[in-house]
Amino acid sequence: MTYDFFYKLFGSQVIAAIIQSLLPLFVFILPFALFAVWLERKVSAHMQDRLGPMRVGWHGWLQTVADILKLIQKEDIIATANDKPLFNLAPVLVFVGTYAAFAAIPFTSAFIGSNLDLGVFFIVAVSGFVVAGILMAGWASNNKYSLLGAMRSAAQIISYEIPTVMVIITIVMITGTLNLNTLSQLQTGHFWNWMIFGGPVFGVSKFLMIPFMIISFGIIYISTLAEVNRTPFDIPEAESELVSGYHTEYSGMKFAMFFLAEYANMFAVSAIVTALFFGGYQSPIGYIGHLLGLPWLVPIEQLFWFTAKGLFFVFVQMWLRWTLPRLRVDQLMTACWKYLIPIAFADLIIIGLITLI
Amino acid sequence: MSLYDIIFYLFAAITVLSAFFVVTTRNIVYSAYYLLFTFFGVAGIYVLLGADFIAVTQLVVYVGGILILLLFGVMLTNKITNVQIKTGTVKLAPAAVGVALLAGTLFAGLLNTNWKTFVADVPASTAHTLGLLLLQQYAVVFELLGILLLIALIGAASMARK
Repeated sequence: MTYDFFYKLFGSQVIAAIIQSLLPLFVFILPFALFAVWLERKVSAHMQDRLGPMRVGWHGWLQTVADILKLIQKEDIIATANDKPLFNLAPVLVFVGTYAAFAAIPFTSAFIGSNLDLGVFFIVAVSGFVVAGILMAGWASNNKYSLLGAMRSAAQIISYEIPTVMVIITIVMITGTLNLNTLSQLQTGHFWNWMIFGGPVFGVSKFLMIPFMIISFGIIYISTLAEVNRTPFDIPEAESELVSGYHTEYSGMKFAMFFLAEYANMFAVSAIVTALFFGGYQSPIGYIGHLLGLPWLVPIEQLFWFTAKGLFFVFVQMWLRWTLPRLRVDQLMTACWKYLIPIAFADLIIIGLITLI
Repeated sequence: MSLYDIIFYLFAAITVLSAFFVVTTRNIVYSAYYLLFTFFGVAGIYVLLGADFIAVTQLVVYVGGILILLLFGVMLTNKITNVQIKTGTVKLAPAAVGVALLAGTLFAGLLNTNWKTFVADVPASTAHTLGLLLLQQYAVVFELLGILLLIALIGAASMARK
């Protein structure tokens, strides 16, 4: 594991722990956010028959770097009516909530921030900080659009947490573990051992489970999409009615932090879906490292597969954003409370009965 | 002083200081956000004691549930565009007597109880043991508490509809 490696290298637990906790941020989230923002603009452009950014670098791939440089230079505007301490703290709190989730996500078998036994439960818990941060941003902005956006966002995240947790309970019921690392290890072998195909145990129950697992996957994907405030669930920042929701008043680096948190969150929920249903970091077709007898190659391959699966779901999120229109507030709540929660509940009971067979 | 002690005092300081500010600050939204840090500190202390499940549950229930509800309540029921939401001090003398009595009782309890202290291994994970206990030994109590919460939920919903 990486922690032991750094501990041997520096001989200090504190330094090793700090490096371990900063690794996902600098090695993964920042490059990912740069790439994902560019990808989003390219995806949206090509879906609307445009080209998107083309000027900076090959097909505009340095556009995000240029944007970041611009954002750093911007003046940090704080209006006199803003509540200054809370206004400054809010982007940090939102990012803390998002980044804490990465502590429990296994990137490869060799790297997990903290091998928590309560992994998924922990991730659900820290999302509470995101809600508190968004409400803080909305209130401290002292602007009715910001406050309305924050209220809508908080109501939405809290409502859609219920179907998410129900699907997580379904998976926990089958596998008996909350640890995402163990969960990924269980789904080893080939792709038919993934949870979406009924899990690693071969038998009648596996085939009975497949349709219900697909339903579960649909529910968790829709509800996590709502939790990260993406279209079709983006009424918290609906441009046509609320300017830009809870980050209307933010400029410069503070806006960039909200933006970074949003993209980090998109990857985090994709990673959770991947770890729960699509084998986490496991390869669908076996490892080249095992084939060639090079054991050090396996974690690198696993990192590749994990990133590829995560990026695929991020791409689907973007695809949906530029395909579907926005839901109204009442439709949003109806979709959650009248459809997703009852379906998730029935699904939970049926899968529970199947596991008893 | 080991690393463990430093982390413990850090979390203890966060808890105590933020709890102090919760009651002294005048702005009620600030109080609510100081409460966030209190809950966070308490969760940290639970982690240091090896109670990982309780720590995470603390975050889910208090930060994700109660605190958000509190903020909603504060923001929806008051005039929000200008800061009119203040806490004040009333009836200082009876409050002081009450607090002194409570503090005295707690301290007396703390000092006079014959605490059982023994060195125990910190369990790697408590979730498994807790789950077994809740669904075997205390299954009836657990189910009854669940029904109680459900009744409260239905009651609140039916009252809100009127």
